[in-house]
Amino acid sequence: MKRLLSGNEAVARGAFEAGVKLAAAYPGTPSTEILETIAAEYPSIYAEWSPNEKVAFEVGMGGSLGGGRSLVAMKHVGVNVAADPLMTFAYTGVNGGFVLISADDPEMHSSQNEQDNRYFAKFAQIPFLEPADSPESKEMVRLAFDLSEKFDTPVMLRMTTRVSHSKGIVELADPVQVTGKQFDRNTSKYVMIPSNAKVRHAALLYRLDKLAEYSEQTPLNQIEKFGTKIGIITGGISYQYVKEIMPDVDILKIGFGFPLPLKMIRSFVDSHERVLVVEELEPYYEETIRAAGMITVEGKKYFGRTGELSPYRVAQGLKEAGIIDHVPTAAYDPAKLFPRPPVLCPGCPHRGLFAVLKKLKLTVTGDIGCYTLGTLQPLEALHTCICMGSSIGAAIGMEKVNGSEQGIVAVIGDSTFLHSGITGLLDAVYNKSNVTVIIADNRVTAMTGGQQHPATGYTLMGQPTKQVDYVELCRALGVDSVQTLDPYDYEATLKAVQEEVTRPGPSVIVTSRPCVLMPQRIMDRPYEVLLDLCNGCSACFRIGCPAIAPSKERTERDRPKAEIDAELCTGCTLCAQLCQPEAIVLKEPATMAK
Amino acid sequence: MDNKTINILIVGVGGQGVLLASELLSEVAIMSGLDVKKSEVHGMSQRGGVVSSHVRIAAKVYSPIIPYGQADILMAFEQAEGLRALDWLSAQGRAIISRTRLVPPIANFGTFSYPDDPIAEIKKKTGKVIAVDADCMARDLGNIRLVNTILLAVASPYIGFERSVWDEAIRRLVKPKLVEINLKAFAQGYELAASSTGI
Repeated sequence: MKRLLSGNEAVARGAFEAGVKLAAAYPGTPSTEILETIAAEYPSIYAEWSPNEKVAFEVGMGGSLGGGRSLVAMKHVGVNVAADPLMTFAYTGVNGGFVLISADDPEMHSSQNEQDNRYFAKFAQIPFLEPADSPESKEMVRLAFDLSEKFDTPVMLRMTTRVSHSKGIVELADPVQVTGKQFDRNTSKYVMIPSNAKVRHAALLYRLDKLAEYSEQTPLNQIEKFGTKIGIITGGISYQYVKEIMPDVDILKIGFGFPLPLKMIRSFVDSHERVLVVEELEPYYEETIRAAGMITVEGKKYFGRTGELSPYRVAQGLKEAGIIDHVPTAAYDPAKLFPRPPVLCPGCPHRGLFAVLKKLKLTVTGDIGCYTLGTLQPLEALHTCICMGSSIGAAIGMEKVNGSEQGIVAVIGDSTFLHSGITGLLDAVYNKSNVTVIIADNRVTAMTGGQQHPATGYTLMGQPTKQVDYVELCRALGVDSVQTLDPYDYEATLKAVQEEVTRPGPSVIVTSRPCVLMPQRIMDRPYEVLLDLCNGCSACFRIGCPAIAPSKERTERDRPKAEIDAELCTGCTLCAQLCQPEAIVLKEPATMAK
Repeated sequence: MDNKTINILIVGVGGQGVLLASELLSEVAIMSGLDVKKSEVHGMSQRGGVVSSHVRIAAKVYSPIIPYGQADILMAFEQAEGLRALDWLSAQGRAIISRTRLVPPIANFGTFSYPDDPIAEIKKKTGKVIAVDADCMARDLGNIRLVNTILLAVASPYIGFERSVWDEAIRRLVKPKLVEINLKAFAQGYELAASSTGI
């Protein structure tokens, strides 16, 4: 049977076919759909959203040690969070097979950096596989589990956004039968005290030699021969772009990327007049190949180190290298147009909060989530965003250096706070910081499409469960002043923030209101602008609501009056609260019918 | 169909149903026994940003992204987005554009402005444009979210495949309670295309 699957859906299918028993993840673009698909389609696999990637990794590790095949999935920067267990699990090795999916995001479609996690596999000294499309994604997951058990090592599958989110036709197969194993109390293997770890480090290096031999033989590394003088070394999505531009050039396609098959590469290089490496992001293959003495091999000289490659960029690079003569280009000039950046949705509960923070001109350390959009025009009320959970530590450090006279506020989403904000808040209490922490609680992991988390009351598998109580949690950490309010209430939010920034000691405000999109779309009765009352003051424009736009009507001073798109307005009332002449009112049903 | 690749680029704004349209199109290709790849990026784009989906249909497809300037059909659910993506269209390609105007907040702050008539600008560059009042049609059908299906129907005669296969794809992929209204929207769009062939 054939199905059209995204790379992520194919990974989920591969996990099912490989007989995986446990899967754990924290949501993160472009990896999120892997666990969503497992939970929705393959209920035989225990699947969980963990609070963060480190916990997800450790749960997966425990599943493996317990003898079950286990898969953990995360975005590239999630591997940073999980790096601690990763680096040492590489020493102990596995019991049941263990596969880490690292979904990298070249071009930063929805990420804060575009780190190349192929280096992470090399750093941890574990093998990585890299698929070029959906069918390969499924097959490589199956194979990765076999390799993990055969070589007693965690294995990384490195995806990229373009492979994760592109769809292709995949042939489905039946799941393999995996014999169940039990935990084996082999403490010299699993207890990494120095005396044991020294032995395991040597074992890891021995294993790497075996993996290097395997890399030479595996069909994952393959030469496609047409008899050309030029040879291209490539892998992952870049392979597809090379095939698109030069379907009949000799290619060494890398599917097993660490350790690289250096003998195979050497014979490929020796049998071609000229060899180029085409790879996205960093010169990982190129560096390794040149370091092995094959210094005529070129790559990044022609293909950039930033962003995604594309058929166009590959063609440009090949032309620059003198290999092809012609780069197909556009028939029409690109239009110079306004940008259309993502924005906070109409009715977004974060909007009122940022309107307040802007009004008070506070310095705001921010975090990762939809609310990071609060940094954009016209709100411009969020001033740092580095990584998950960083807002609180950053606020503490800033306050220690600059003092707290102007008031420093950390804004962190609910899911992000539970991911890695709790320890930051603990530090604020412990080290007597005066920061104000605002937990922007929209009761869902919104940015990635509405996933459950430990305060939503449901697990990934749909089971009702305990819900974190933020007020009790923060009090237990030692925060004396904790209050919850509705961010749709502008005056109450303004008053609370003013109060808390001047209060000595750390304090927490939970702005609590469900996301308007997830888990269900919230639409209340829309508002409208009474044009004869509108004085064109633009206060409503300055909250950046997509439902509000300048109308064709103008005031005597030639300023545009506002109008509200009734199809977009959710009736949140924020603009009405900010309208001095009270020109924004609940839309009359009679005018709605028009 | 020979081994020529059909490249279709679908563009719009988050929430307009770009992804459903490309799913339907891919399903039609699969039901017709062809290879298909489609590519889009989820994430930030859902928050009112630009959404694009590349669909490539052939006997064998490599790159999931359409090479620059080689789209045979450009479908835009929003007129300025049609203008923005026009350089992806091949010289022989055809643009099918909804007259929908979605002006983003950023166009209200003075630095940027929304063009007066993006469709006129597109027509200055190419004669092969079909502009559709898909907004009005969708509203008349009772659901503004039908713009995607209407546009897909208008494009369908230029993509090929049996008429019945499109309906079957809708039955397979659309939520059961929305199947009937989508079939109706498709039928209206198809009729419009039939009456406007040669525009």
